[in-house]
Amino acid sequence: MKAIMTVIAPDRVGIIAGVCSLLADMGVNILDLNQTVMEGIFTMTLLVDTGTSSHTFDEIRAALISRGEEESLSIHIQRADIFEAMHRV
Amino acid sequence: MLNISDIMQTVNMIDHQHLDIRTITLGISLYDCADSDIQKCARKIHDKICRKAERLVATGEEIEREYGIPIINKRISVTPIAQVAASCDGDEYSVIGKALDDAARECGVNFIGGYSALVHKGFTESDRKLIMSIPETLANTGLVCSSVNVATTKAGINMDAVALMGRIIKSTAEMTAENDGLGCAKLVVFANAVEDNPFMAGAFHGAGEPECVINVGVSGPGVVLRALQDVKGASFDVVAETVKRTAFRITRMGQVVANAASERLGVPFGIVDLSLAPTPAKGDSVARILEEMGLEVCGTHGTTAALALLNDAVKKGGVMASGHVGGLSGAFIPVSEDEGMIEAVKSGSLSIEKLEAMTCVCSVGLDMIAVPGDTSAETISAIIADEAAIGVINNKTTAVRIIPAPGKSVGDSVEFGGLLGNAPVMSVNSAGSSEFIARGGRIPAPIHSLRN
Repeated sequence: MKAIMTVIAPDRVGIIAGVCSLLADMGVNILDLNQTVMEGIFTMTLLVDTGTSSHTFDEIRAALISRGEEESLSIHIQRADIFEAMHRV
Repeated sequence: MLNISDIMQTVNMIDHQHLDIRTITLGISLYDCADSDIQKCARKIHDKICRKAERLVATGEEIEREYGIPIINKRISVTPIAQVAASCDGDEYSVIGKALDDAARECGVNFIGGYSALVHKGFTESDRKLIMSIPETLANTGLVCSSVNVATTKAGINMDAVALMGRIIKSTAEMTAENDGLGCAKLVVFANAVEDNPFMAGAFHGAGEPECVINVGVSGPGVVLRALQDVKGASFDVVAETVKRTAFRITRMGQVVANAASERLGVPFGIVDLSLAPTPAKGDSVARILEEMGLEVCGTHGTTAALALLNDAVKKGGVMASGHVGGLSGAFIPVSEDEGMIEAVKSGSLSIEKLEAMTCVCSVGLDMIAVPGDTSAETISAIIADEAAIGVINNKTTAVRIIPAPGKSVGDSVEFGGLLGNAPVMSVNSAGSSEFIARGGRIPAPIHSLRN
């Protein structure tokens, strides 16, 4: 399943490394990544494929959310089709 | 990949602007549950609902997690019970009400609609039995919602039913007096009721519907409000365009969720209801959208025009985003369920008369309005007649969900909690209408009903 992930947090060293290594550990493939810092706020969006993972979507989601809570990151993961439907005619 | 700002916009809509799916409603036909023994009929109804809706809540929650979109309510609508129970001996229809309530609890849904009768042209014996059992059923159940259709553009207004419903509403309020007349919050009197409405309390599974169907109601007043805050002072052309664009996005989300639910439950997709449904939460109010257009307080002069624009633009934006649009589709203006409406009533700017005018251009009618407990049944009937006339003449759905709160008077407020919110008690015209209501009979269908 293709999903869009968003990560928002005050900028600091190692946010990408932390999130991406967690994804790698769970076998989630990153297809595309976009990152910027707006007024000190780190904002990253990733297109990922959860189909490469042996974990279920719910497990991946739970792991990301709990990592987000530990490290004060706001992390969302949602199926990609919702964004395509909302923003493309 | 998608544009980063589009992605962040969606995340913000969900996180900060209360964007959600208001309801996934599973419609279930109960025609095959008819039985001459009412206990057997009730058991068949209970079992069929539990069988068909077994996976509804779990599937809804699964979609919620995967798509990251809150789905606030999972609900069930059924064939109007007056039709299903018509062959039952006896008149203990509350047995069926109890079966519906039990089934809803077992399935984990938060409301079940369809304790209903359609009497716009006249009563069957069964319709009468059902209507007479409404107060008891609403007092003894928690999740059952009831509706009665008393008028259509094709048939005119059944004034006997209008008179009866005034008494039924009074009696429902009295039987649920310890909860401020909560039973009346689950009872809607309709003109031109629709068969595929996913929203409560007026949902029922109409006669033309399939065995089972998924209907989805979207929401999103907060998103529209936020979008309009970005075009402050711009002309109404820009306002309309902004609402349309926003409604398109909201509805697309509803369509994606509807498709997913339909596929996973193996139930055909019916419609997306393009409604802007408010909640008592701050930032999720239709009244605040109207105020954002430049009105000091909702209810002041200009409110009807603002609502007309909003209602129309929501439909225009939404209709292109969905394969099938239906239900009520438009902007809801329930008083107790909308933080801005509550404030407008408290400030004295919004009266029942202005709300009536607003119902000419919104999607439903006088909704969740608390009136003094000593309001007579005839006055309530007359309020219903006025609303029905607006619906019948304008070829639209109108409804009355009014709560004559026992023991309360103007200045008091009633508290229902949750999505039903709280409502300041509003004043009604003190001059009587009893001779008008006592006439009975039917107000004939308007000339424009003859379209063939």
